[in-house]
Amino acid sequence: MSDAAHYNFAYLDEQTKRMIRRALLKAVAIPGYQVPFASREMPMPYGWGTGGVQVTASVLGPDDILKVIDQGADDTTNAVSIRKFFERTAGIATTTHTRDATVIQTRHRIPEAPLKEGQILVYQVPIPEPLRFLEPRETETRRQHALEDYGLMHVKLYEDIARHGHIATTYAYPVKVDDRYIMDPSPTPKFDNPKMDMCPALQLFGAGREKRIYALPPYTKVVSLDFEDHPFERTKFDRGCELCGAEGIYLDEVVTDDRGGCMYVCSDTDYCEGRRAAPHAAAPPIREARR
Amino acid sequence: MSTPDAPLLVAEGLSKRYGQRIGCADVSLGIHEGEVVAVVGESGSGKSTLLGLLSTQLLPDAGNVRYRMRSGDERNLFALGEAERRFLLRTDWGFVHQDARLGLRMGVSAGGNVGERLMAVGWRHYGRIRAEAENWLERVEIARERIDDCPSAFSGGMRQRLQIAKNMVTRPRLIFMDEPTGGLDVSVQARLLDLIRSFVGDYGLAAVIVTHDLAVARLLSHRIIVMRHGRVIETGLTDQVLDDPREPYTQLLVASVLQV
Ligand SMILES: Nc1ncnc2c1ncn2[C@@H]1O[C@H](COP(=O)(O)OP(=O)(O)O)[C@@H](O)[C@H]1O
Ligand SMILES: [Mg+2]
Ligand SMILES: [Zn+2]
Repeated sequence: MSDAAHYNFAYLDEQTKRMIRRALLKAVAIPGYQVPFASREMPMPYGWGTGGVQVTASVLGPDDILKVIDQGADDTTNAVSIRKFFERTAGIATTTHTRDATVIQTRHRIPEAPLKEGQILVYQVPIPEPLRFLEPRETETRRQHALEDYGLMHVKLYEDIARHGHIATTYAYPVKVDDRYIMDPSPTPKFDNPKMDMCPALQLFGAGREKRIYALPPYTKVVSLDFEDHPFERTKFDRGCELCGAEGIYLDEVVTDDRGGCMYVCSDTDYCEGRRAAPHAAAPPIREARR
Repeated sequence: MSTPDAPLLVAEGLSKRYGQRIGCADVSLGIHEGEVVAVVGESGSGKSTLLGLLSTQLLPDAGNVRYRMRSGDERNLFALGEAERRFLLRTDWGFVHQDARLGLRMGVSAGGNVGERLMAVGWRHYGRIRAEAENWLERVEIARERIDDCPSAFSGGMRQRLQIAKNMVTRPRLIFMDEPTGGLDVSVQARLLDLIRSFVGDYGLAAVIVTHDLAVARLLSHRIIVMRHGRVIETGLTDQVLDDPREPYTQLLVASVLQV
């Protein structure tokens, strides 16, 4: 922790943080709109969340309590290294508990516990442009956003149904924000899409390689795109967590041995641990599922 | 507002330069509803430039284009807002390019290509979009079973027919074609020309067709415009111009002396 003295608070210099905050303010003022920003080199490779890290660095204050998750877990390499990075460069407190955190940086998941007013959720975004799939020209996608010219987005969903009989997109499922901009929720599972809608927390999205920031202010309307006869459906799991018994939450398949044994457990490790620690949650006995 | 027999589109004094080079110079013309106009001339005579200006893909250095909207209002096309212009392009107009890759999304299924315009104007019922796409594929003689295939798997003739279906789905009143049969085998050309001819007849389409092939002009158009060095040098009813050309240049064209 004493390392913090060697760095400017949260690594980035004040000038850079101001620049990023200006981009954030604009992003908050125009929900879902991608604001360009001068992304900086960070002491970690792209793909490791440099966009999210820069956003986090710009919003952190000395009293903040930071939580970092990757695929829902606090203990993955990526999450641990980002958490350590801020412990070292900002000397701030960290936590694994969703309810205690003031800032949560995430890759691929939104925590299961409902977020509260005053919290900030920072997403690491690899590809911010939802229209890129069908229109590689940046000049054209920008114009499409400006003119709300979004037929193309439904072409993608149409193709999904034509090929698979249903909308097969399960990650990075496109949403319409505040009845205006179409936005890529980053590679979170579509299971998490409904949590973005009218969320009391501030949601910030940072794409480092692509140099874009976008945001959802608290209580913003977020609607998943669909067709009248193929409505958006949240992923359903036909089982509960084998560790804590929770149902209706997002499960990961965990391989338990080298003979094909696996089990289904909460992807949100803090949520799972919290349920197991709580006296009222009688966890079922741990058993091995075989396929 | 204007009278019903007023032209659908009126161009006045259209000029466009590329640096020192003349693209097209002082071109005026009118196109009526249901009228097919062929633009002919040698390579480099300004046909594509004129088509680009009429369809607002290019901005003129001088001149203007007025258009009678579906509402009946006459509008200066270069004064339209971008959103309004795009809406016009994808509802009331169509484009058939010689190179199908400019008119189609090659990695999207035939059904998705035809459905795109419908989705752009707000259709949100998959079943209805698909039924409409099937309907139009059938009308351009593409088998229903091909609806989920990408145009990259289609022959040249099928791609052109798919372009037509993609445009027709919003029932445009005016369609622009730049060498629509160029590069196709003769028998494939003939089938496509038949299809275009029946479409303009059945749907009362107005069309501007750029072609270097006078046989195509003869078969499809009511009126012909002959261009040279960016200018219109002769215009009139197709049969009259082709059977009895006044200008010496047109006479050479008709006699197939010029390499067009
Ligand atoms: N993008 C461009 N840049 C420069 N010159 C051009 C461009 N497009 C067309 N021209 C020139 O303008 C003239 C008319 O071209 P074009 O309209 O393509 O004729 P056509 O379609 O009859 O072959 C030609 O001299 C051509 O070389
Ligand atoms: Mg040309
Ligand atoms: Zn659990």
